[in-house]
Amino acid sequence: MNNSGLTNTILFIFLVLIQVTLFNHINFLGYINPYIYILFLVYYPYDRENTIPFIFLSFLLGLSIDIFSDSGGVHAAATLTAAFLRPVMMRWAFGVSYDYQTIKISKTTYGQRINYLSLLILTHHLVLFSLEIFSFAHLVIIVKKTIFSAIFTLVLSLIFISLFSKKKT
Amino acid sequence: MQQIINFLIRNKTFITYLVLLSVALGLTFNAHSYHNTKFVNSANWITGGVYNLSDGVSDYFHLREYNQQLVEENLRLRSLLVNQPEIITSGDSLFPADSLLRNYRIYPATVVKNSYSKERNYLLIDQGKDNNIGQDMGVISSHGLVGIVENTSSGYATVQSVLNTLSEINASVKHTNNFGSLQWDGKTLNVVQLVDILRAAPIKAGDTIITGGMSSIFPKGIPIGKIRDFELDVSENYYIINVELFNDMATLDHVYVIENLDREEILELEKQTDE
Repeated sequence: MNNSGLTNTILFIFLVLIQVTLFNHINFLGYINPYIYILFLVYYPYDRENTIPFIFLSFLLGLSIDIFSDSGGVHAAATLTAAFLRPVMMRWAFGVSYDYQTIKISKTTYGQRINYLSLLILTHHLVLFSLEIFSFAHLVIIVKKTIFSAIFTLVLSLIFISLFSKKKT
Repeated sequence: MQQIINFLIRNKTFITYLVLLSVALGLTFNAHSYHNTKFVNSANWITGGVYNLSDGVSDYFHLREYNQQLVEENLRLRSLLVNQPEIITSGDSLFPADSLLRNYRIYPATVVKNSYSKERNYLLIDQGKDNNIGQDMGVISSHGLVGIVENTSSGYATVQSVLNTLSEINASVKHTNNFGSLQWDGKTLNVVQLVDILRAAPIKAGDTIITGGMSSIFPKGIPIGKIRDFELDVSENYYIINVELFNDMATLDHVYVIENLDREEILELEKQTDE
């Protein structure tokens, strides 16, 4: 296993554990929880030729969260969808001409970073809460939960990225 | 043939996505369907171990509250014991000689994972098959109703909380004996709905709601909560009653699992009658 594989494995386990032991129990204002484990999708390197391992790992990530929180397959479906749509979102956020393979999230400008994270988080949360609530009668609750949780996740993700980025030398 | 293979190779990402998505959706629908044993649940040694560890840490911060709760319960039980000398205790099971609880066995358990902010909430307790815990046993705390055991592993069990939109528990109004079904609309923490109470029933806010004893899970008379407010449903024949739980579902720790020793017999009889 090379260096990046090891980093990703550690990140995977770390994010699952911190999500299920800490962030699933915040319940800010009664129901708002951040889903910080989505950061795995941000950190995992982009590879145009070989997308299947990434998609599969994302599915596995969501499924792990599902097993811990007894929620069927909602996290798996949400993470999988976000992972599948990631190239499209990268194109929107960073522009067509960008060489995706060299993108380091800590090297991007704040505008790009917020755009990219917002797209990813909103997609993930919308699928997640739609499937979790699973009723069009509760559309308002779905939208409310999506937006408030997305803001919470976005803020925490930005803090996390700033904290754990390597210092420029 | 060549074209089909080319097509598959060209769209392999999308096909992987579709396959995995259908697995995820399958698991989701499996979890949505009422009372189905789920493939994916947290009653296994990995998740149980992780939750046990984190619960062990967080328990230290609540020791004072737990002690307080246990002291209160001890006080209540002791006063019962003084008033009813015929109650005998054996081991960790209580067998009150002169009550419905005779046919029930009680096991203590600790909640290692609590959840109350979702639509479908499940708890994880640290007792499982090895401790005689099985599916469809009732779970209560010192204050009242908590939920029903759903999945079990050797050392852990998941409990479908009363705060779960799939939950349906037989309940009745204490002083009138009108019974209905206890559900949750997923909106407010600690407020559940009692439906199917006839319009003729004389109810008022503040009335106590208890378990109805019409199910083979809970004995009659376990306290649930009190009526907060009520309104008629669309057909104007039945009440929808908002019930405020006695339990604070957010701070559960020590719970009791109730086993109905006659359950097999009742189910057998019901099956014969249905045939």
